[in-house]
Amino acid sequence: MTDLTARLAPAADADVAALRDRLATRAEAEGLLDVRWRVVDSPVGELLLAASDRGLVRVAFAAEGFDAVLATLATALGSRVLRAPRALDPVAGQLEEYFARRRQRFEVAVDLRLSSPFRRRVQEALPGIGFGRTASYAEVAALVGSPGAVRAVGSACATNPVPVVVPCHRVVRSDGAMGGYRGGPEAKRALLALEAA
Amino acid sequence: MQQPFDHAVDAHGAVVLRVCRAVLGPGPDADDAWSETFLSALRAWPDLAEDADVRAWLVTIAHRRAIDVTRARARRAVPTEQLPERPSSWGNPDVADEELWTALAALPHKQRLCVAYHHVAGLPHAEVAALLGGTPAAARRAASDGVAALRRALAHRVDGLHRTEERTRP
Repeated sequence: MTDLTARLAPAADADVAALRDRLATRAEAEGLLDVRWRVVDSPVGELLLAASDRGLVRVAFAAEGFDAVLATLATALGSRVLRAPRALDPVAGQLEEYFARRRQRFEVAVDLRLSSPFRRRVQEALPGIGFGRTASYAEVAALVGSPGAVRAVGSACATNPVPVVVPCHRVVRSDGAMGGYRGGPEAKRALLALEAA
Repeated sequence: MQQPFDHAVDAHGAVVLRVCRAVLGPGPDADDAWSETFLSALRAWPDLAEDADVRAWLVTIAHRRAIDVTRARARRAVPTEQLPERPSSWGNPDVADEELWTALAALPHKQRLCVAYHHVAGLPHAEVAALLGGTPAAARRAASDGVAALRRALAHRVDGLHRTEERTRP
């Protein structure tokens, strides 16, 4: 009876979204989630925000492929991964303020456990470069006490799991050239222009 | 299962809701069964085999959670003057659809479940039989008797739809 499922289908499809939000709330309340995530709009395109129990664990650009990023997170942190908009409201709000130039510093817990110890040390130092300023890879290497590790600092910036919030875009080449960026050169240019305005 | 749990909700959320509604009728009970199904599934998700049939697995859980919801309803059933107003996710019901739900609810229980699990959820009769007990042949018969009864109940609709609408929407 093919028309049976057809008749019962439309209403069910429309209501799953509401039930899904309710599920996310309950799953959160019962401590069942490994990763909760949402997507926000921004001047540098859609951004995926994902958090572990400890804090913001990943910010991804659309070019990275959100499905691929979530699959990687599921493997690394556990597969109880669910879209849960409300849990990330504070981060989303601060990002909105940042892009509106009403915020220069992020006040959110960041979880850098996806980074190796050295990269993590570099990434923890990056918020020390203030809004609107830049530093060279060599300067950051000196800052973390490994002046010879300029190349490794480059890798640490390139693999920053929480770009924008941890401002790896403020690290540029010594000759003034921009250097690479996870979100592509346009995104890096846009962020630097936003902060310079 | 290593892939994000989102995939299970995206791919099977709607079919599980249709199954819950077919078994419990559209309304808060079906919504509760859906929520409990996906909460249970979320708990067990990391331990589920990579090659598991996720839809069949979810329908099995939904079957059990629907029983829980029915029992809970029976426990809390007390005579009352007024029905409590609970938000229903049953948005904008069509008159014709309402008739189908009523006909579905009027089926003998076994037939109703066999229609829900075979025709709505798409499980093979053998899996329906494994879920409900009995033989695959009996599950097939119950499903086909159920569908025949639905057809009979809705047979008048081909020429009777307008009359129905005038009657219920003055």
